[in-house]
Amino acid sequence: MEEIKITSNCKVVIIGGSAGSLNALMQILPELIKINDFALVIVLHRKSTDDQTLEDLITLKSNIKVKSVEDKVPLLPGFIYIAPSNYHLLFEKDGILALDTSEKINYSRPSIDVSFESAAEVYGSSLIGILLSGSNSDGTVGLRAIKEAGGITVAQNPLSAEMPFMPNNAILYSNPDYILNIQEILHFIASINME
Amino acid sequence: MIEDIELEILINEVYEYYGFDFGSYSRASLKRRVNRVFQLDGFTNFPEFLSKVRSDPEYYKRMVDEITVNVTEMFRDPAFYNVLRNQILPLLGTKPFIRLWHAGCSTGEEVYSMAIMLKEAGLLHKSLIYATDINATVLETAKKGIFPLRMMKEYSQNYRDAGGQEDFSSYYTANYGIAKFNGELAEKMVFSQHNLVSDTSFNEFDLILCRNVLIYFDADLQKRVINLFDESLAVLGFLALGTKETIKYSIAPGKYKQLDKDKIWRKLK
Repeated sequence: MEEIKITSNCKVVIIGGSAGSLNALMQILPELIKINDFALVIVLHRKSTDDQTLEDLITLKSNIKVKSVEDKVPLLPGFIYIAPSNYHLLFEKDGILALDTSEKINYSRPSIDVSFESAAEVYGSSLIGILLSGSNSDGTVGLRAIKEAGGITVAQNPLSAEMPFMPNNAILYSNPDYILNIQEILHFIASINME
Repeated sequence: MIEDIELEILINEVYEYYGFDFGSYSRASLKRRVNRVFQLDGFTNFPEFLSKVRSDPEYYKRMVDEITVNVTEMFRDPAFYNVLRNQILPLLGTKPFIRLWHAGCSTGEEVYSMAIMLKEAGLLHKSLIYATDINATVLETAKKGIFPLRMMKEYSQNYRDAGGQEDFSSYYTANYGIAKFNGELAEKMVFSQHNLVSDTSFNEFDLILCRNVLIYFDADLQKRVINLFDESLAVLGFLALGTKETIKYSIAPGKYKQLDKDKIWRKLK
């Protein structure tokens, strides 16, 4: 396992994923007891007609409270937020979430790139971006934006991913700080702001 | 890519030169949209872009058309249309005449969806649907009732999920990649340009639909627009918003009653 620097002053952790990522999340979220002073935002590719099933599933499996995302809700530390289906999730400078129904990006709405780029603009070095399994190139441009803004980036180890294409693409084109398997991602998240 | 300060300069200049106020638009989305048109049109520096917007009214119009989001679909959120069909239309049907307003109708997909439902409920003949948008270009598309044929598979599925039981393809004629919706659906539609930011109420309605428009506005403007809807809504009329929007920060409690969990409110007084 790679040596992981202890990260502090993290305000937001944003996780993106597509095919195969729900399975990875289901191994991570039930094991997290609490999150230390940051908000956890999850952006998964999902069917446009999926109303609430992803929110319900994560609420059921997680110890951390899921706040439902509506237009202009504040992003608060200690909670999980899930990008709703058929909207892009954006971040405003004053710490609130915004939604957008504009064109799909990378055939996706929500798009991981859109949320990553928007979060990078607002949270800069206090942002950590994690990209999980998937078979689409969404997320690579976003991880690069997070890194350029001073944040920390993580790609799931493609060998541990059901669909390696997405993290692999990010590793090739965004040079993430860490490449971690599922257990390591869990430990990484649990160690944030712990010094 | 333009900077935050440049976006503010653009907003001010557009207001000064053209009187259009983007100042109350939600910044995260607005900045993405402006960057998109900036890149799409091959600009490399902000002053050049700004000077084009200032000096060329045609280009200004293009910019506004491009930054306002015009993505829409027929029967978006089928569950919402199911509630309209089963709970709202039967109530409206008791009236001798039904007036509806689609505010921010874009290219009209939801207006045609509504007309189909009114027709199936036997109410279209006594309905009048006002459909407005700030963008004149999208209204031209909406008037024609012509949508891409490739979308029909998805729309037909949405229609069935929304409780539709007819043959969806009977509502349009397919031709060279386009679907032209039957003229009788459009007979009860009135399209006109209306700016929610600066224009006033123009009629009284029984149902106002404004879905996924308020998300682009800040809290103050949302409040103003919801009050504009309130002024334009008959007592016991309905206001329908997008699935992630709410009136609860804008209207005194007790004045409206929400239908279960759906984003439909009934005006009580």
